[in-house]
Amino acid sequence: MKRLLVVLLVLSLLALPAVAQKADAKKPIKIGAIFAVTGPASFLGAPEEKTATMLAEQINADGGVLGRKIELIVKDSGGSPEKAVSFAKQLIEEEKVLAIIGPSTSGETMQIKQLCEENKMLLISCAAAEVIVNPVAKYVFKTPQKDSQAVTWIFNTMKEKGISKIAVLSSMDGFGDAGKKQILEMAKPAGIEVLASEAYDKQSTDLTDVLTKIKGTAGVQAVVNWSIVPAQSIVAKNMKQIGLNVPLFQSHGFGNRKYAEQAGAAAEGTLFPAGRLLVVDELADNHPQKALLAAYKKNYESRYKEDVSTFGGHAYDALMIVTEGIKKANAADRDKVRDAIEGLKGLVGTAGIYNFSPEDHTGLSLDAFEMLTVKDGKFAISKK
Amino acid sequence: MLLKRLFPVIGFAALAIAVQLGAGALGKEFYLTQLTMAIYYAIVVMGLCLLMGFAGQVSLGHGAFFAIGGYTSAVLTTSDFSRFQDSLWAAALKRIHVLIPKADLYGGQVLTTTPWAAFVAAMLLTFLIACLIGYPALRLKGHYLAMATLGFCLIVNKIVLGTAWLGAADGISGVPEWNLAGGLVISGRSAVRVQNYYAACALALFLLILLANLVHSRVGRALQAIHDRETAAGAIGINTARYKLNAFVLSALLAAAAGVFLTHYTAGIGPSEASALKSVRYVALAAAGGMSNPWGAALVSTAINFLSLRGWFGTYDNAVFGAVLILIISIAPQGPLKPLGLWIRRLLSGARSAAGGEHAAS
Amino acid sequence: MGDDSLFLQYLLSGITKGSIYAVVAIGFNLIYSATGVLNFAQGEFVMLGGMIAVTLCAFLPLPVAVAAAVVIVALTGCLLEILFFRKLRHHTIMHMIIITIGLSIVIQEVALHLWDEKVRSLPYFSGSEVSSIRIFGASVSPQVLWVLGTVAVVVVLLHAFLRYTLQGRAMRACSSNPDAAMLSGINISNMRTLSFGLSAALGALAGCVISPITMTHYEMGAPLAIKGFAAAILGGLGNPMASVVGGLLIGVIEAFSVSKLPAAYNDVTAFALLLLMLFVRPHGLFGSPSGESVREV
Repeated sequence: MKRLLVVLLVLSLLALPAVAQKADAKKPIKIGAIFAVTGPASFLGAPEEKTATMLAEQINADGGVLGRKIELIVKDSGGSPEKAVSFAKQLIEEEKVLAIIGPSTSGETMQIKQLCEENKMLLISCAAAEVIVNPVAKYVFKTPQKDSQAVTWIFNTMKEKGISKIAVLSSMDGFGDAGKKQILEMAKPAGIEVLASEAYDKQSTDLTDVLTKIKGTAGVQAVVNWSIVPAQSIVAKNMKQIGLNVPLFQSHGFGNRKYAEQAGAAAEGTLFPAGRLLVVDELADNHPQKALLAAYKKNYESRYKEDVSTFGGHAYDALMIVTEGIKKANAADRDKVRDAIEGLKGLVGTAGIYNFSPEDHTGLSLDAFEMLTVKDGKFAISKK
Repeated sequence: MLLKRLFPVIGFAALAIAVQLGAGALGKEFYLTQLTMAIYYAIVVMGLCLLMGFAGQVSLGHGAFFAIGGYTSAVLTTSDFSRFQDSLWAAALKRIHVLIPKADLYGGQVLTTTPWAAFVAAMLLTFLIACLIGYPALRLKGHYLAMATLGFCLIVNKIVLGTAWLGAADGISGVPEWNLAGGLVISGRSAVRVQNYYAACALALFLLILLANLVHSRVGRALQAIHDRETAAGAIGINTARYKLNAFVLSALLAAAAGVFLTHYTAGIGPSEASALKSVRYVALAAAGGMSNPWGAALVSTAINFLSLRGWFGTYDNAVFGAVLILIISIAPQGPLKPLGLWIRRLLSGARSAAGGEHAAS
Repeated sequence: MGDDSLFLQYLLSGITKGSIYAVVAIGFNLIYSATGVLNFAQGEFVMLGGMIAVTLCAFLPLPVAVAAAVVIVALTGCLLEILFFRKLRHHTIMHMIIITIGLSIVIQEVALHLWDEKVRSLPYFSGSEVSSIRIFGASVSPQVLWVLGTVAVVVVLLHAFLRYTLQGRAMRACSSNPDAAMLSGINISNMRTLSFGLSAALGALAGCVISPITMTHYEMGAPLAIKGFAAAILGGLGNPMASVVGGLLIGVIEAFSVSKLPAAYNDVTAFALLLLMLFVRPHGLFGSPSGESVREV
């Protein structure tokens, strides 16, 4: 009897830390998010914030991760770098979050890249610029497809169409700058000649003057425009209006059906590389991304009463990568999760299928894109 | 009189220390990070106070001066000058330690400007630009002056956005720490947080004392006269143009200095610092503190910016600034602190006289 | 494309931009003429007009939607004047400037939360996105003619109103000498409210006609206001016709600057021109220096 008591006592003592651990295990896992919900980059941040909130709720409704709920702490940076820095510091030091998703823009991401690296904070950026992951920082990942991959798609399509002399337009914001840089860098090796390159203010009201300049440049066979709304629609309209009848290539920032509607008939025939979210209905049922994309589209559109955009998808992927990393590491420990993410293979996301490695913190390959076109006011996969 | 002048200085110093000790005791020392940033922004507002409250001139271009300071410093301290290594001027600058070789983040050797030299360069550039803009602009009245300064701000903003070596839309990141002197480092590292907080406080306090002395001097009285009745001021022999220009240049220099410090503190700067909205925010904060009261402006501006930088206002951040502007100008154009002070004083004296009345009655 | 038609195309594209600036500038001028206040929130009236019209357009025919938007924004303008400016009459210009800036920010934020960050637009009044009118080898969107037509009609009506109606003359009297106007029995406060309402209406109308070209979103107001402002100052404040010329001039200069300089510095050219103008001839191209002293020294 006595012995039994002793055994029980010892056992219960042994169990104590386990109980304590259990109590800790009940606490929610904190994940920080920095999005430009308002301000000039709100076209990115607003859908990202909505998507991340929605996904976090879904995950929690399904029982959370490792039996723990997720607590998403969203901060609105308004697109200003100094706020991104301030918020990143808060999330790192005060909230002690497991990981940060966002920021929405490349500028903000670059301002906090080093900060996160120094503090060993996991950062899954939703911005596209190449410099975020090149050179690779140990703790910094990103979810959107690389600009260079988009440019490769555009150049390949051009070659098929026999186009070799182009003009490049870009908006003067992080998105436009990054794209322009890639095009100018990659054109020569791809055998494409850039005859003119112009940047314009992203709040331009009319761009016929810039397009007139391009019309006056002899030999332009196609125009590549790298910007978001409203400028991308204005470019499409103005080209038709002044009779600049060459193919128009847009960036993957053309990622919302509304944009095609804005440009109306002028958008017909526009070519742009994009993830498959926009053409989910066209995908074969056995396509690996089909189920996830269809579910995301349905949930988002029924909840927020607005069209789904590829930008929101970047936040979806970011949050999912973190939770998958936690599951794979089987612990809410930052370094273990980081290692786990580097080992994630074949993870289906909205932007494509992620295969991370220590050298590749984007994880997406060329086939994450499709070349899309606008046909009868709808997005469709461009057939060769 | 001396005591009255010393009172705010002691009060501010005591408040600064109390805040740090309080934050430390509560284990909330990280509040000091945003507080430090807010204090740097408050320096811009203090300069604007001098211009708006005393010289009576509104400037919608102070965001641009902040950016000129910050960008000059950021460009000089992050650019690599090693391709000019063998040129005569680079060698000369290297000799006097303006250029120093150091290792960059990825192990390469670069030749960059020291932060001190960059600071001096930023101040000189700002001085030059402020004089160039200020001289013709200050001859304009009210709306025209506001428009001219706004136009200047937009020009700076668009140049930054359109220029690749200024980082275009992404801005400049990876700005090194600034080893000020004797182990005092301007840096956002958490290890030197308290030190940086006091550095910012000391700088702000020093500038406040400077401004207070200026205001109570001959210069200040002249500015006040210009503010109240410009023609009369001119008639009694005050060189109004020169005084206004001096106030403008001084406030521009304060803005630029704040830009340099904050850029080193956050290790980067972006084009949004030169946006019209930022300039408008400074005006809002100066108005909120009471334009002719630098102490109040510094206090109110630090508090509001602190809350803003902590994300307190969420998606209503800009709305809060706009609302502050409207409310204060329509209800208390002299700033909220003065009527508040008067009200408290009245309340106190009311209580005292009521108590006195009772005493008399008994 | 020959050099001549290229030249013409630049000119037309300048006119497209310029007509947008001009239509915004007219609204500025009106408030300034009547009250001496340059309203930094004028751009927000333009934005609100476009936003409301787009929203109403979903279930109303286009002309009705535009008319309703103009009326709603006009009432908003009156309300703002009564709420914020009526008691501020004796404030300094600096206070006025600050309060209109504050209003501009708040209206913008209200629009963001009332609608969202998305970009909208009204349909083209005639033709479609791709239709254009060809003139000697250059082409221009028919909507530009709508904008120019609106500018012309507004300028004529405004001129007639200010010159020949009692109300209009009273409004001008308030501007040139408020005290004398009051002494001769004009209700200055009501005149100011009227001028705010009227220029808000003009702004809203501008917001509707330019919406197919520029598109409408919550942040569009401020940049447009600044360009409209520049146009008004370039032409000379207080004269609607002059601000139309100012607007067209800025548009054309911007367009031709694109032909020589990188487009990135387009706005820099425009604002540098404005600064130069302010420094050299602050009363504008058509203003008279003697009318009101704009310089202090």
